[in-house]
Amino acid sequence: MASHAVSTTLRHHFASDEQQKDAATIGMWVFLVTEIMFFGGLFLAYFAYRQAYPAAFASASNKTNLWLGAANTTVLICSSLTMALAVHAASMGKKTLLVLFLIMTLLLGGAFLGVKAYEYHDKWVHHEIPGQHFECEGCEDAGHAPLFFSLYFAMTGLHATHMLIGFVILVILIVQAARGKFTEKWYTPIEMFGLYWHFVDIVWIFLFPLLYLIDRSHTGLK
Amino acid sequence: MSDHNEQHHIVPKSVYFAVFITLIAMTWVTAWVSTVDLGRLNIFVALSIAIFKASLVILFFMHVKYGTKLTKFTVLAGLYWLVLLLFIAMCDLWTRGWMGVPGR
Repeated sequence: MASHAVSTTLRHHFASDEQQKDAATIGMWVFLVTEIMFFGGLFLAYFAYRQAYPAAFASASNKTNLWLGAANTTVLICSSLTMALAVHAASMGKKTLLVLFLIMTLLLGGAFLGVKAYEYHDKWVHHEIPGQHFECEGCEDAGHAPLFFSLYFAMTGLHATHMLIGFVILVILIVQAARGKFTEKWYTPIEMFGLYWHFVDIVWIFLFPLLYLIDRSHTGLK
Repeated sequence: MSDHNEQHHIVPKSVYFAVFITLIAMTWVTAWVSTVDLGRLNIFVALSIAIFKASLVILFFMHVKYGTKLTKFTVLAGLYWLVLLLFIAMCDLWTRGWMGVPGR
């Protein structure tokens, strides 16, 4: 029996560390698949209305700031890199590096949300939030432009909500990592959070071209 | 099976940096190419680049390339259902105008 009690992080209902980690990975991916379908519904709504009102979507999309969108995509990809490097540091048992990369991930995520908040404020100032005071200056088919902005706020808002949830988990992980909870033998929470963070990055990889880049050829980079 | 050994596979940092540089480059390529008038092809180019970028993230950052067969199957099953959702619904919407509706 003593041979089974080697690892302190192995729960008794798993046969080995490998099996325990496989189970966690599958569980996390099943959760992410439900998330794919969660966002999938919004993407379907987007495609359906875009093909119904292409002119309204094109001109409303050109109200977004392409430079801010591209810069924010870059920031988020940087945070994905630091997260991947955090998992790498954890797998090597390098505690200081792990904490450092997790903090960098948190800061880059914060920069992304800061830019997003600036963009939301811009939309508020320009009356581009659907409702009583909505205006879409120079928009074609302006009657259907609120549809684009409703989807813009729903999709980027749900994405930002996921990032805020990620923040809370990141802070907990940073504290746990600093206290030395993770070793090169067991860092499953770091790896599973990495999957979540990369998933959020992938959602943005699709949101950027779909919300910012429609029909830019007629207005150019501005 | 080699699955067992792949569990201990630690991805070299150079792979992460190569993926990172590709992702950044493709972000600015997709931003630039959107300003070139390709007609109806614009959306397909934008989505192809996004799918390519997402594949890189899934395979390397999320370690699916080095994962077990069951992980790969789970990911593919999820993507399959997403494609069903989008494709079947869009087939309906795209083709509605193709035939006249009697009585309208």
